[in-house]
Amino acid sequence: MIEVRDLTKRYPGRTAVNGLTFSVGRGEVVGFLGPNGAGKSTTMRILSSFMPATSGTARVAGFDVFHQADEVRRRIGYMPENNPLHLDMRVREYLKFRARLKGLGWRRSRERVDTVLRQCGLVDVERRIIGQLSKGYRQRVGLADALVHEPDLVILDEPTIGLDPNQIRSVRALIKEVGRSHTVLLSTHILSEVEMTCSRVLILNRGTIIAADTTENLQRHLSLDGQVVAEIEAPMNILREGFRDLPGVARVDFSEMDGDFIRVALTPKDGEDLRPIVFEQVRQHGWKLRELTRSRHSLEDIFVHLTKGRKEELL
Amino acid sequence: MAVFLALVRRELGVAFNSLTGYVVVSVVLLLCGFSLVDIVTKLNGGREAGPVVGLFYRSAYFWLILLPLPSVITMRSFAAERSSGTYESLMTTPVGDWQVVLAKYAGAMVFYALTWLPLLAVLAALRQITHEEAFLEVRATCCAFLGIGLIGSLFISMGCFASALTRSQMVASMLAFLFTMGLWLVGLGPALADNADAGTGRFLSHVSVLRHMDDFAAGIIDSRHVVFHLTGTLLFLFLTARVVESRKWK
Repeated sequence: MIEVRDLTKRYPGRTAVNGLTFSVGRGEVVGFLGPNGAGKSTTMRILSSFMPATSGTARVAGFDVFHQADEVRRRIGYMPENNPLHLDMRVREYLKFRARLKGLGWRRSRERVDTVLRQCGLVDVERRIIGQLSKGYRQRVGLADALVHEPDLVILDEPTIGLDPNQIRSVRALIKEVGRSHTVLLSTHILSEVEMTCSRVLILNRGTIIAADTTENLQRHLSLDGQVVAEIEAPMNILREGFRDLPGVARVDFSEMDGDFIRVALTPKDGEDLRPIVFEQVRQHGWKLRELTRSRHSLEDIFVHLTKGRKEELL
Repeated sequence: MAVFLALVRRELGVAFNSLTGYVVVSVVLLLCGFSLVDIVTKLNGGREAGPVVGLFYRSAYFWLILLPLPSVITMRSFAAERSSGTYESLMTTPVGDWQVVLAKYAGAMVFYALTWLPLLAVLAALRQITHEEAFLEVRATCCAFLGIGLIGSLFISMGCFASALTRSQMVASMLAFLFTMGLWLVGLGPALADNADAGTGRFLSHVSVLRHMDDFAAGIIDSRHVVFHLTGTLLFLFLTARVVESRKWK
């Protein structure tokens, strides 16, 4: 659905996007993740034919975004950053106007507006003035606008920014729903959003892709150490003896806790899951175990890990 | 065409969904009312020589409407869309740059034409009061309205251009007013500079909006004036389209 090759966008004195190459298949929900100023919005603007790239090519549904802009725009539902809407219009009136701009006939636009109003839960507010709606509803109007012409690809730039937790939840649910029938490219700097809604993630920093994979794979490959923590009730010297020279263990740390419990932290050599080994030791010695966990790195950790060096440079 | 009409309707909606449109129409109505009182007072004084029909078009009230009106109407057209961000969502629909420019111009022209309708009432009132058939005489009135339309067309295209240059409506309206006022002041040239050489004088009188309006008000349709305003309009619409396209060059 999206084919991007060596995409570069330079502004005077600054390179916003630098040699980006990626592709998105039909039906995928892909998250575009990166700190502010990473080049997410610029890439999305190029993909939606708003502005051209300095070099490189980008194709959407087989059409070049610069030379066949109209074809691309017909196939894209784009919700820009901050979801700009005509606040003086009523919801239905606005969606109908947008449908007409996107080339839908009178009858077709009426049908489609009815459909997206239902799909986005806007039927109750269809006659309200957009400026009087809550931010959550406005976001739904923006989504309905992006969907009104039945696009192949939906591009959403920071769709949940500035919403309260309940609104974020309902907008995310809506995005998930949209993802069942459309290809979605979603940008955000909120990591949990990508974890919840996307099947694949592209991490962008300073205009280049620094990681691209499924969220699970990223967690597996980049889980920094897969440390296992156990809280065991046993004398310290016996514990030290028991955990000495275990296979696959790079390092063991002990720290005393409340009561007779001792916290044992084991770091694996090559990402191996050490929980069965710990459990086996506890069982053999008849120790009392009250917790056994393997730290699973969230996307947030991965993100910080990947962008840390560069951030420090910035600071 | 359907897209173009949807955009023009939207432009009119912008004016009349907010107070702006009504305030503009009210102010024009008020100024027309003042000019009516002014003309009647002058006629009662009997000091005015020359054709009475031209009285309105030479009055300060007329220019007080015509000069700032286009800049007020057009200040929103591009600047407001840019500052609110709707420009981006507009430009990512399959609508051409020229289509957007022409629709914004057409929307502004329709609004401009609507605001001049009270003038017909003023003329009708004058005819009633003075029993002077010349007021609201069909041909003369048509010529005057053609003049108002042509001058307005040029001014509005200047306004669209100014609005496309900036994100601030305030800056857009001031810039547009600068353009229209500049052209109007240049037109005062022949009257102010008696000793200007023939070439300069001729040039200045060719671009004198005041003179153009005098001719139109007198019922004269000079093709030079028509061509001047139409080419001027096209020039500024072309420049506006170039500014809109300029996002592709950056």
